[in-house]
Amino acid sequence: MLSRVANHIYWLGRYLERAENYARFIDVNFNLMQDLPVDLKEQWQPLVAATGDWDLFISKNQKFEKNEVLYFLAFDLENPNSMLSAISRARENARIIRENLSKETWEKTNQLYMMMQEGADKKIWKKVDPRPFFEKVKNQILLIYGIADSSVARVEGWYFRQLGQFLERADKTSRILDVKYHILLPSGQDVGTPLDFLHWMALLKSVTGFNTYRRVYGNIDPSNVVEFLVLNKYFPRSIYYCLKEAESCLHHISGNRDGGFINPAEKAAGELRSHLEFAEVKEIIDYGLHEYLDNLQIKMNKLSDLIDSTYFRLRDNFISQNQDQ
Amino acid sequence: MKIEGYQSKEHYDEMFTSEGDVRPHYQEFFQNLKKTPYKKMNHLQFSANQTQRAMGMTFNVYHDNQGLEKILHLDIVPRIIPNEEWKKLESGLKQRTYALNLFLQDIYNDQKILKDGVVPSDLILGSKDFLKPCIGLTPPKGIWCHITGTDLIKNKDGEYYILEDNLRCPSGVSYMLESREIIKRAFPNLFNKGGVMPVSDYPAKLLKILQFLSNKSKPVVGVLTPGIYNSAYYEHSYLALQMGVELVNGVDLIVEDNKVFMQTTHGLQQIDVLYRRIDDVFMDPLTFRPDSMLGVPGIFNAYKAGNIALANAPGTGVADDKAVYAYVPKIIKYYLDEDPILNNVPTYLCREEKDRQYVLDHIEELVVKETNAAGGYGMLIGPKATKEEHAKFKELIKSNPNNYIAQPTLSLSTVPTLCEEGGLEGRHVDLRPYILYGKEIEVIPGALTRVALRKGSLVVNSSQGGGSKDTWVLYN
Repeated sequence: MLSRVANHIYWLGRYLERAENYARFIDVNFNLMQDLPVDLKEQWQPLVAATGDWDLFISKNQKFEKNEVLYFLAFDLENPNSMLSAISRARENARIIRENLSKETWEKTNQLYMMMQEGADKKIWKKVDPRPFFEKVKNQILLIYGIADSSVARVEGWYFRQLGQFLERADKTSRILDVKYHILLPSGQDVGTPLDFLHWMALLKSVTGFNTYRRVYGNIDPSNVVEFLVLNKYFPRSIYYCLKEAESCLHHISGNRDGGFINPAEKAAGELRSHLEFAEVKEIIDYGLHEYLDNLQIKMNKLSDLIDSTYFRLRDNFISQNQDQ
Repeated sequence: MKIEGYQSKEHYDEMFTSEGDVRPHYQEFFQNLKKTPYKKMNHLQFSANQTQRAMGMTFNVYHDNQGLEKILHLDIVPRIIPNEEWKKLESGLKQRTYALNLFLQDIYNDQKILKDGVVPSDLILGSKDFLKPCIGLTPPKGIWCHITGTDLIKNKDGEYYILEDNLRCPSGVSYMLESREIIKRAFPNLFNKGGVMPVSDYPAKLLKILQFLSNKSKPVVGVLTPGIYNSAYYEHSYLALQMGVELVNGVDLIVEDNKVFMQTTHGLQQIDVLYRRIDDVFMDPLTFRPDSMLGVPGIFNAYKAGNIALANAPGTGVADDKAVYAYVPKIIKYYLDEDPILNNVPTYLCREEKDRQYVLDHIEELVVKETNAAGGYGMLIGPKATKEEHAKFKELIKSNPNNYIAQPTLSLSTVPTLCEEGGLEGRHVDLRPYILYGKEIEVIPGALTRVALRKGSLVVNSSQGGGSKDTWVLYN
């Protein structure tokens, strides 16, 4: 597969995952708001914090009001990570490599983009209840996944998209956990109040993990939540699970059947995965969750860079030609 | 729906005679049309628009700030061509393509036609499209113009006239293919009953002629695109997808030992044939324009060494120049000793003093064109232009006569078209069939019919308010 094409597919996977996560974050937060006691102000700051675009938001807005936050997260093209930005770029990536996508995948991605544009035209962020819109967008993305799942050949392109998707997901899970945990921690040792409960529930729902968590652990307990979201072996949004899948994608791409590593990207992915595989939640808490997650994010960014240098970087054909002659 | 009051007197109409009778080859469609309520037609048109949008069938416009991607409007009323008429077109186009290919081979090698004075030497050798690096070259299998998209119109006399030979990178074929799929959904019962010849095997045929250029048993083929900002990017990716080959940008390719390689995730992979949709002079910054960022440095040497086949071959542009056009009947006669089957439009060359004077004296009756412009730009339609425009073009012609030709204003035929105001009205159309040159020359039984959507307009170019129609060539 062309390196350039692989690069676009990888980013297509990342951007779609990013947009889907944002759609869910917004939905969950909106639900949470409705359950908060009347004397508590709506809390939209944590959502902005979770996306890592706090500084940009502050530079553009004075207050964390619903309309401003929704606009910023969903429709603001000046925010490079807003849903509209992510979906525009997903669509742009898809358009560039359209010949490598199935007709349906392209058409649904194109529709997704038009859907977002329409939402922007209708100023959805001003709606009293914008949830149906975000639900629709989320479902459209899930539809794209579904089509891919049942129609895309499991060859290189598939694994590059998966690779992008899982790395993005690992990143998003770590961020939302980091922020929410931070806010909750002061009272977190004792999850007794209904308010605490609502917040923890919202966190788990943000990663569609609430019901699964319940089945596995029962009661809400901060360290259990951390274990679930960072180390769980089976939950498809835990950081460990995402990294395990990413490593497996890399092996499929290179054809490495013997384990270990045959390129720097595989080495980095394998090290990261095994680190989590043998970690205990107590170690994480003792180390400091924030520091731990920060560290993970740095390593995941490094992994992304190594994937880039291993597979995507192009040689300058002009320089090569001049050396030739 | 009712089709009363339809005007078919002034121009040749493809569906109706000047008496208002339905022509036989439109009979089947007309019967269906009569039964279809107006509302239903509008709905079919609406669905067609929606489908195009969903498919992302877009082209990019440079001179427009309303956004980059546009949809080429597809009118659902087809242009139908009876088989007999098509047969003549087909043989005429084959003849023309064959002759032009011989012409290209000749002017880059022995230059007999120039030495014999049939075509003026300076017209060819002085043309900016005559590529000196191609002198002495014979492309693989001796084929220069693998893909041609010739523009024709039908005049008031009911005869086809060649307007332009597009031998470089004619675009629009994806519209021919996709439009057909959409129109099949709009009139599902008509295709079989009406006996419409299929076009859907075009990508397979294209792939075959490309593979034919290599001597390898399993050559690696690719489509080379200037990239996503090119107006025809949709088509490039569409063709790559349909042929199942890679769509490559210049940056994807690298030349080593005069061989061309793709940069893949598993290292370098050699590529043998490129259907290149990049203009000649942008192909290789080492041979042609050094500022080209689109091309592949060193690819021309690889081509000369016979390690990569390029379709179309570099250098074909010199033969579809609007001034060379005037000589094509002579070119056919010279190489084939045959009379041209298809008409040329009488053409006045402003480079010739006698012709120039005629043009200056009759500018208000003539269509003046720049010899090297495409897309309907740099053009004056005398009868529709103002006095100021006439004067401006006279000056332009005098200051650079080589750059202009003129032709009598032709009356483009019309086809009923659904109009925004409602109802069917005649709109002017042209015709662009596609010709593939591989082992043999083949004309695809279909075409891109471009339609000038504005009332009375003769400009069918997509960049200037043109739309398209599906083109049905009938079995009988």
